[in-house]
Amino acid sequence: MAYDNAEQLEEFRVETRKWLEENCPPSMRTPMPDDEVVWGGRNATFKNPESKLWLDRMGEKGWTSPEWPKEYGGGGLNRDEARVLEQELRRIKARPPLFSFGLWMFGPALLEFGNHEQKARFIPDILKGKTRWCQGYSEPGAGSDLAGLQTRCEDKGDHYLINGQKVWTSYADKADWIFCLVRTDTSTKHEGISFILFDMKSPGVEARPIQLISGESPFCETFFTDVKVPKDQLVGRVNGGWDIAKRLLQFERSSISAGGFGGTGGSGILGPEDYAKQHIGTDEAGRILDGDLRGRITDHRMYAKAFSLTVQRQTEQAKAGQAVGHTASILKYGAAKMNQDRHELLIEALGTEGLGWEGEGFDKNAKKVTRQWLRSKGNSIEGGTSEINLNVIAKRVLGLKEHQ
Amino acid sequence: MSFVLTEDQDMLRETAMAFVQGELPVSHLRALRDKGANGDDAATRKKLAELGFFGVIIPDEPGAETFGLVGLGQILEAQGRTLAATPLLQTALIAASAVQLGGTPAQKAEWLPKIAAGEATFALALDESAHFSPYTIATEAERDGQGFTLNGLKKYVPDGHYADVFIVAARTFGEAGDRHGISLFLVPKGAKGVTVTALKTVDSHGAAHISFEDVHVADAALIGPADQGADILDPVLDRAAIGMSAEMLGSAQAAFDMTLDYLNNRKQFGQLIGSFQSLQHRAAKMFVELEMTRSCVAAALGAVDAGKADVAELASLAKAKAGELVHLVSNECVQMHGGIGMTDAAEPGFYMKRARVQEALYGSASWHRDRYARLNGF
Repeated sequence: MAYDNAEQLEEFRVETRKWLEENCPPSMRTPMPDDEVVWGGRNATFKNPESKLWLDRMGEKGWTSPEWPKEYGGGGLNRDEARVLEQELRRIKARPPLFSFGLWMFGPALLEFGNHEQKARFIPDILKGKTRWCQGYSEPGAGSDLAGLQTRCEDKGDHYLINGQKVWTSYADKADWIFCLVRTDTSTKHEGISFILFDMKSPGVEARPIQLISGESPFCETFFTDVKVPKDQLVGRVNGGWDIAKRLLQFERSSISAGGFGGTGGSGILGPEDYAKQHIGTDEAGRILDGDLRGRITDHRMYAKAFSLTVQRQTEQAKAGQAVGHTASILKYGAAKMNQDRHELLIEALGTEGLGWEGEGFDKNAKKVTRQWLRSKGNSIEGGTSEINLNVIAKRVLGLKEHQ
Repeated sequence: MSFVLTEDQDMLRETAMAFVQGELPVSHLRALRDKGANGDDAATRKKLAELGFFGVIIPDEPGAETFGLVGLGQILEAQGRTLAATPLLQTALIAASAVQLGGTPAQKAEWLPKIAAGEATFALALDESAHFSPYTIATEAERDGQGFTLNGLKKYVPDGHYADVFIVAARTFGEAGDRHGISLFLVPKGAKGVTVTALKTVDSHGAAHISFEDVHVADAALIGPADQGADILDPVLDRAAIGMSAEMLGSAQAAFDMTLDYLNNRKQFGQLIGSFQSLQHRAAKMFVELEMTRSCVAAALGAVDAGKADVAELASLAKAKAGELVHLVSNECVQMHGGIGMTDAAEPGFYMKRARVQEALYGSASWHRDRYARLNGF
């Protein structure tokens, strides 16, 4: 049995390799510049035309999410096959064809909680990158206390009517559709929340970008004024949205921490040790001259290694059926700390070289580090603050009791 | 899948956990301390031998499968949970590794069956100063025609106060600090000129200073080629650091569990103290560190068995992380227990004391951080 499986898997590997050879365009096997990331959607632009080709081909096979069911346009692969595909993609250093909140967060939740019509309507376009989704969660008065959200959703018989405001809506100004938490019952808290979907082009929707300390504007304030939503766009049952919301947050935290916000570094990306060597210098034995900084960089490098090993361990254990509870919170907490430490060390090692904002006189990569250093401060806030994640670990994993 | 135990390893882990909880709780160490046994516990050694724990990494016949260092790591983690004083690290790990990696066929034939059966205990006599520095060896071994004559002093040798045989790192060439010129010798404790001074240590496990005065050993006592002992010592010390990290993980886990239990039972201001957010967050952070360290230890154990090239790097990672972890958890354990944590009647203090010994042996966290940076080129 195991032998059969291995043989079939090998066959799959050969086919996959052949397909990738023929279908992955040459430039898609090179490191991806920031301005060539593909987010898809109705208004997608492709700076590099091969990015579109690559997305279309992968989307057609459902390999933008290889394990999603074929029925809805997914790859329909089993775990082992998906792993093979992953290995083969890595082998040729293929770029991810699509970055997408639909793939990472909304899709997995919809597959679990949506009805057949909803899945058939929305999942294929997520896979093909035709619809770009944004997340309507936080509100001015509901951040960490997300269930305190106030955006109202009234049942008007043949449709719902939505009024309220969201904030920190990532890329709301660029998204086509929103998955949104709304209040359908004001007399209770968690049990009065519903999960609803609507087109960002609906009359009464307005998104205004927020400028961050890093100078970037990845987030928006989003306003809803008498937005009419067809009734078949509510997912799950009315007032049953909180369970979906929580599940989706797990997907969000997992997708964030799997990449560790990028804080584990990687080949080709300069780390704090590289900048320290360059700007501070080394002794004859190759040690960074500033012994104190060297020690702190080592601490960070060890934390990053321990973090990657933990992601690997939990993946292997989950695969072996040894459930590890609420790992998402553990990893989200660790990822934020890791990436923030990394950027503090990067900016410290760069010295004044890391203090440029724009214009001439500074290295291009150093200026990027400066912006990323500021951006990293959000890592312990977005997707559940570090404090909220510690609460989750304390209560759900360690079983500590609520304050009476 | 290096992070998932085989069925056999899992059973070994279960056996070891049940054994230490049943036979070697912290109260056992306390009793040994109170009767002045100084960690020398022949009755426990007999039980460990009966369980086969001494032979976990020694194949029944050449080439046969063993539980591997991953298997032995499970036992060491178990003994760490209750701070049990056993010769397993010195004998089942260090001596078994040294003899297997560097021993002559005659040494293997003589010692491996005895180690596996628990019939002989060993102690690695390495350090000569208060800090781990494996090449800083001044103890001399001079050729004397029929073998070697050893002179020197070894400090804080774990298990040295009762071990039957010492593995002595001595210099046959060069100067203290040189990697080349170190040789390893097997020296029985009864050899003429060997003086063992037992030490009463803070963790109640004991140790010994050992002096060698014109101690004669035959050529046959040499493990591996002369002058090239570091080629054996390096991998043995990496394994020792990894094995100790497994023990430390067990200690940290137990101290953490004890703390959590206290947080869930102790009331102040009419509340369980574990419901206070300041304590919850500290507990959660400890748990994150525990999980991370567990990954490092598992990766390091697995890397040895798989013969990976990054064993040294992972050994330093595991030992440094475990070093930080045992201090963090044992200190928080005392603090969160409040006044009771300061009493000898309670157990937190035992963990805090042992933590210092665990961290100092086979390289402190600071030593391993420095090596990790060197191995990574900065």
